[in-house]
Amino acid sequence: MRVDAIKNGIVLDHIEAGRALEIYHLLSLDKVSCPVAILTNVSSEKMGKKDIIKIDGALSLPLEILGVISPSITIVLVEDGKVREKRHVSLPKEVTDFLRCKNPRCITSTEQGIHHRFHLTGEKNAVYRCVYCDAQWS
Amino acid sequence: MRHLIDIMDFSAAEIDELIATATDIVAHPEKYREKCRYKKLATLFFEPSTRTRLSFEAAMMELGGQVLGFSEASSSSAAKGESVADTAAIVSGYADIIAMRHPKEGAPLVAASKSDVPIINAGDGGHFHPTQTLTDLFTIHLEKGSFENLTVGLCGDLKFGRTVHSLIAALSRYTGIRFVLISPEELKVPSYVKNTYIKEKGIPYKQTTSLDEAMPELDVLYMTRVQRERFFNEEDYLRLRDSYILTPEKMEKAKKDMIVLHPLPRVNEISTEVDKDPRAAYFRQAKNGKFIRMALILKLLEVD
Repeated sequence: MRVDAIKNGIVLDHIEAGRALEIYHLLSLDKVSCPVAILTNVSSEKMGKKDIIKIDGALSLPLEILGVISPSITIVLVEDGKVREKRHVSLPKEVTDFLRCKNPRCITSTEQGIHHRFHLTGEKNAVYRCVYCDAQWS
Repeated sequence: MRHLIDIMDFSAAEIDELIATATDIVAHPEKYREKCRYKKLATLFFEPSTRTRLSFEAAMMELGGQVLGFSEASSSSAAKGESVADTAAIVSGYADIIAMRHPKEGAPLVAASKSDVPIINAGDGGHFHPTQTLTDLFTIHLEKGSFENLTVGLCGDLKFGRTVHSLIAALSRYTGIRFVLISPEELKVPSYVKNTYIKEKGIPYKQTTSLDEAMPELDVLYMTRVQRERFFNEEDYLRLRDSYILTPEKMEKAKKDMIVLHPLPRVNEISTEVDKDPRAAYFRQAKNGKFIRMALILKLLEVD
């Protein structure tokens, strides 16, 4: 499938193979009305295998956060069938209310009304830890 | 206003300052008897504790202050479903400082975000227990004179033991420290703790499964309990448990001025016969907890 096959939208390229579905759910793409294509295990010179998500619609999505999931992701913005911008994701220092702590002993598992916050503790391996309990997000 | 949630909230210089105050309290207790007059400490213990709660309460009483609080969640509004944040906001209107123990990790951090008074983390699940680390540091300093050039052995459950991780982090800031990590393969120090506080700081360390082998080189031996529930098979547990029981025979291999610490409670990992050895410092350590908590209360209440 070609990147310019969509008219106005977003292509998330170079996703670590096997993680596209996770990103699909994290971005709540199951709730959008525009066409969304998920390609998995696509051959890649750079990565061996990769996943791709193509969103055929001009949506406002928290894309910068994707570095948390897979730092290799490239975001491609398409306008009128042409690539308008191509950029790599960065690693945000802190992520609020995007990830949920999976540690059942964490206070976020019971306390209502608090923000779910993770902070970057290892830039090299994109390690994020829960601000409250220090559990590593994976 | 400061809180103490994680031992690393305080710099090494601030910890040195607390140790100096605690040392002065031991030498001149009369100077401190009225320091917290008309001040109140709330001890909010959502799970049981002996040493920590009583030492906090004794510390405040010896400073001339008063205490209020509860010692189990069932006797608080938590039993009715009140949130940690609401409890902290309300109690901060009644007390000048709060010590909180909670089974959920991160609960004291949530409390700190809503409290108008300093919050002290008195243990949050298996996460942090900074006043235990202050107690450990104060005891090492009292017994050894300084933290410089010490070989510190940590023995037992180094994987899940929260006091071990905090002690490694705190000691890693002093020069000349060397660690000997003594544990079964299954309970080794987590790699992120080892990488962050030992390897990346270039601190010399050794990992071994043999307590006997490590004994002669240690200046401090920090014992922890090997917990049965951490093992998948009973046979492994029994084999490993017995190799980490500190006995008078093992103590014979240690230096004459080595000290043994333990955060307590112990089960069987230190034979009671070791108690009479002058190098057994764990009961002195428990007593020291009161003095360092007095120093901490003074610091957080900004009392001169």
